[in-house]
Amino acid sequence: MNSFMKWIHKWGSPPWFYRVSGMMLPWLTGLFAITLVYGLYAGLVLAPADYQQGDSFRIIYVHVPAAWMGMFIYIVMAVAAVVHLVWRIKIADVVLISSAPIGASFAFIALVTGSLWGKPMWGTWWTWDARLTSELLLLFIYLGIIALHSAVEDRQSAGRATAVLTLVGVVNIPIIHYSVVWWNTLHQGTTVMRLDGPAIAPQMLWPLLSMAIAFKLYYVIVMMLRARGEILARETKSRWVRELVGGE
Amino acid sequence: MNPKRKQRLILISAMVIGVVVAVSLILLALNENINHYFDPTQVVAGEAPQDHTFRIGGMVVNGSVQREVGELMVSFGLTDYQKTVTVTYDGILPDLFREGQGVVALGKLKDGVFVAEEVLAKHDENYMPPEVAASLKKDPPQAAN
Repeated sequence: MNSFMKWIHKWGSPPWFYRVSGMMLPWLTGLFAITLVYGLYAGLVLAPADYQQGDSFRIIYVHVPAAWMGMFIYIVMAVAAVVHLVWRIKIADVVLISSAPIGASFAFIALVTGSLWGKPMWGTWWTWDARLTSELLLLFIYLGIIALHSAVEDRQSAGRATAVLTLVGVVNIPIIHYSVVWWNTLHQGTTVMRLDGPAIAPQMLWPLLSMAIAFKLYYVIVMMLRARGEILARETKSRWVRELVGGE
Repeated sequence: MNPKRKQRLILISAMVIGVVVAVSLILLALNENINHYFDPTQVVAGEAPQDHTFRIGGMVVNGSVQREVGELMVSFGLTDYQKTVTVTYDGILPDLFREGQGVVALGKLKDGVFVAEEVLAKHDENYMPPEVAASLKKDPPQAAN
C-alpha cells in the first residue's frame, strides 16, 4: 500500500479525524475570511456593472457559488456513500449525514436568489423549466436523505439506507448540469464551465471564483464542526473520548 | 480488494447503472414535455399544439417591434434565424426585453399569429461591462456564437 492510501486510511479513524480536523479548522477559517472578503469587495464594489443587467447581475456572486455547492456537496456525499457501503468505514457515514443539511441550505439559497433575480430580469419568480425543476428536485432529495436518516432508529441501518438513497439521487446531478444543453430552458446556458472558455469578463470572473472557494471552505469548516460533534456523540463510551474530556 | 467488498462494489455499481438507464429512458420518453418552449420553425411546421396554450421561444427580430399609440399592445417578430412568427402581446414587457434578445412567450396561435398572455425575457450566458459590449458591437468577433 503506498503512502497516499495509508494517509487516506488514517482519515477513517475517528480519533485521527477529530484531532487533525481540530488542527486544520483555524487555518481553514482564516482562508475562508480572506477569500470571502476579497470576493465580496471585488464583486460588489470593484467589478463593473453588466451591459444589460446593470447592478442586478451582482447576485451571481451568491447564486452561482451556492448552486455549485449544492451539486459539489452532493458528489462528496455520493463518494462517502460508496466508501461507507463498500468499505464500511464509519467516518464516511458521519461525513455524509453531516453534509446533507449544508447541501440542502445551498440548494435553497440558489433557488431563492435565482427567484429574486428572475422577477426583474425574466419577468417571473418561477417557471417549470428543466434547470429550475431539477434544482428543486435536488433540494427535495436532500430533505429526503435527512428525513430518512432520522426516521430509522438503528444507526447502522439508518446509515446504509441513507447511503443507498444518496446513490439513487446522484443521477440528478448530471441532469442539473446539462439541463440547459439537452432541453430548451428559460435559464441561460453555462457561463463559466465551458469548453471554449468562460463567457464572462475577467474582472467579473475573479471575484466569482474567489466566492466559489470561500463557499467551499465554508462547507469544509461547517462539515468538520458537525462531524466532530457527531463523532463525540457516537464514541462517548470509547477510551480516547474519555481521555479527551478528562473524566473517567 | 477482498471478494466481499468487490461483491458490494459490483452490487452498488449495478444499482446506480440501473437507475441511470431507467431515468434516461423516462427523460427520453418525456423529451417533448420537458422542453420549455417550441422554436418558430416547429411552430411554422405545425408541430405545436393547435388551440392549446404553449410557449414559443426565440430572438426578437431587429426593427420588428411595433407599438400601438396610447396602448400597451405590442407586436414583434420572433425568429430562430430560420423561420419567423409574429407575436402580439397586450401587457407590460420585462426589463430585458429588447430587439435582438431572446424571449419566451406563453399563449395561443390564432390565424398564424401568436397571441401571447405572458412574455418573459431570456437572458443569455454572456456577462460583460458596457465598454466591452460597445466595442464588440463596433467590431464583432469572427467566431460565430
